[in-house]
Amino acid sequence: MKRIHVWSALIVVLALVLAACGTSATTTTAASTETTATTTATTAASGTTAAMMTPVEVTIGFTTSTTGKYNTESTRQVNGLQLWMNDVNNAGGIHLSDGSVITFKAVSYDDESTKDRVQELYTKLATSDNADFLISPYSSGLTAAAAVVAEQYGKVMITTGAADDATYEQGYTGVYQVYTPASKYLTSSIDLLHSLDMGATKIAFVYENSTFSTGVATAAQAYAEANGYDVVLFEGYDAGTTDFSAIINKVQASNPDAILGGGHFADGEALAKQLYEKQVPVKFVSLLVAPPEPLFSEIGDAAKGIAGPSQWEPQVKFTEEGAMANGSAWIGPTGDDFVSEYNAAYGEDPSYHAAGGYAAGLLLQYAIQQADSIDPDAIKAALDATNLTTFYGNLTFDTSADKHGLQIGHQMVVVQWTNDLTKEIVWPEAAATGTPIYPLGS
Amino acid sequence: MSFGELLGASLLDGLLIGFVYGVAAMGLTLIFGVMDVINLAHGPLIAIGMFFLYGLFTHFGMNPYLAIILVAFAGLLVGIIVYFAAVHRVINAPPLSSLLSTFSVNMIIIGVGTALLSTSAYNVDFKLSSLTIGSNITITGTRLMAAVVAIIVTALLYGFLYRTRAGKYIRAVSNNRQAAELMGIPSTRILALAFGIGTMLAMTAGALIATILPINILAGGTYELKSFVIVVLGGLGNPLGALAGGLVLGLIEGLVPVFMEATWVPVIEFGLFVLILLLMPNGLFGKKRGS
Repeated sequence: MKRIHVWSALIVVLALVLAACGTSATTTTAASTETTATTTATTAASGTTAAMMTPVEVTIGFTTSTTGKYNTESTRQVNGLQLWMNDVNNAGGIHLSDGSVITFKAVSYDDESTKDRVQELYTKLATSDNADFLISPYSSGLTAAAAVVAEQYGKVMITTGAADDATYEQGYTGVYQVYTPASKYLTSSIDLLHSLDMGATKIAFVYENSTFSTGVATAAQAYAEANGYDVVLFEGYDAGTTDFSAIINKVQASNPDAILGGGHFADGEALAKQLYEKQVPVKFVSLLVAPPEPLFSEIGDAAKGIAGPSQWEPQVKFTEEGAMANGSAWIGPTGDDFVSEYNAAYGEDPSYHAAGGYAAGLLLQYAIQQADSIDPDAIKAALDATNLTTFYGNLTFDTSADKHGLQIGHQMVVVQWTNDLTKEIVWPEAAATGTPIYPLGS
Repeated sequence: MSFGELLGASLLDGLLIGFVYGVAAMGLTLIFGVMDVINLAHGPLIAIGMFFLYGLFTHFGMNPYLAIILVAFAGLLVGIIVYFAAVHRVINAPPLSSLLSTFSVNMIIIGVGTALLSTSAYNVDFKLSSLTIGSNITITGTRLMAAVVAIIVTALLYGFLYRTRAGKYIRAVSNNRQAAELMGIPSTRILALAFGIGTMLAMTAGALIATILPINILAGGTYELKSFVIVVLGGLGNPLGALAGGLVLGLIEGLVPVFMEATWVPVIEFGLFVLILLLMPNGLFGKKRGS
């Protein structure tokens, strides 16, 4: 009996050793193929390879919040990016003048929605995975952590889902923003309120204590005060808050006409639901991130009338003709094509997070085409000179030393959920698809 | 809303959620009191209760307050299974063994839960009419009902512990396991039952929370931390103290934001936790262990 145990143990150990050898061999092969591809790509870009069809697989590294509080937004963002990657690869890749044909491969990990994991994983992506280009994780806080690593290793990083201005004020040279900056997120909601009711003068700001939301709220507070509004409450809440009753009581005590703020999807949705349950008598509510998400309608009646700024909506129509008229280049599908393709791939309507993910890929594609190379310096020069319009809108970057990479071309819209639980654009007037519900509950 | 109304509304909101915190903490403290095991799977078990109720409500259309009865019985069963799978073998080992063992259960539940449900938030879309006091204080119906159910659960627990033979056995094993065994009490079965009841309380608390607030598979962690603070406040191993501790914590969460930013709440909660550990290690309402 004892012998059987010994033999069993030996067999198990042997099997484990063999399995380990097998895995190790596969990893090494994959890594060496990758290294060869990257080297070839670089060589091709510098023009020393003969002009013949040379397939080059470019690695794009990023992290996904598969777990943790950013799961909803991050999943959409990565869906959009992955859809772009499939499209460009299926279309045969990008053809450079030296004969290189660029196709893309994704390497990604779960960042667990935490900064520590992001720094660790972006270092891995930049070094052992040897990613050629990086796409940001979702959220300003995680992106700030990733941007340091990208800059340190000289990688070009396109950021999406990351609106905070501060990341682009660090003197980085290779980080480029797809989103409209946080400082402009809620200003359009204040403009909308002003257009709806000159008598509404009191605003309560209730925001998540995250890099992004605090940046948005601080900028919006300054904008509101500069426009004559009385900020009756300016209060942050911890990330991950689910019970807003204490804060809502304070909001009620401050007797505002409007509530602005929120943070990300989960907390924004909970805040809207609890404002409704507590029957807070307020005329206008505009929250970050949550209202533009199609999933927001799951809170039913509580969603009705809630507004929020959106980076993009399916109803927004940018066209190649419009781009030409504005002296801007055009690339990629139309908005309608993107929506139907996304729907076919994922069985749901895309949110602006998904559109941002796709747009980040398009931007990289455009920069590679303009640079006719995948050399990081050439890509940076192409991005600096970019004036591009896609279905997502215009993309142009600040190239000054103190705000390099900050998005200055893209404009946001304000959406609002109707009483039929459909989502309409209500601001700016020129892009509006519906009439604003005002006051709330009407 | 006047300052008085703000104070009243915050006090009521805090107290009502405090009852639910109390039920969650009673589960943790009951298990510790009976078998000296700190159950690190407490949070995920709360989360299972949340999702059990969510499933019964969303997929079977069951009234959430009826569903809670099923959740409670499921909790008893889950607890007994966890006891025999992960706790029984290490019950007499040094405390680190049971800590690691229950932590493993924690990781397994979180891992499987994340794979099945992701970490996205879910909402139990159930509404009850709100209660309006005066002209400005609104108490949501679900919060009020959660507190009522929590009080009923506490009463039933005390009825069970003090009025039934099994309950007396649990108290006897808690008091002195060896002596209880010498009196013919089947300690293994009683320990399993106690762990089952502790889990039942955790899952019931989770189900109650799901009727009020959004849930996700990691949400139990927050309530596990609160439970630790509460059991220290109320005295380790003292279920009634845990309920009182829950009310204190609820009051802190309700009242602190009236006077300062809500972000100070955890600072005050955990500051109190350390202070109580230093100055009153038996808790605010604690009996000495074994009494």
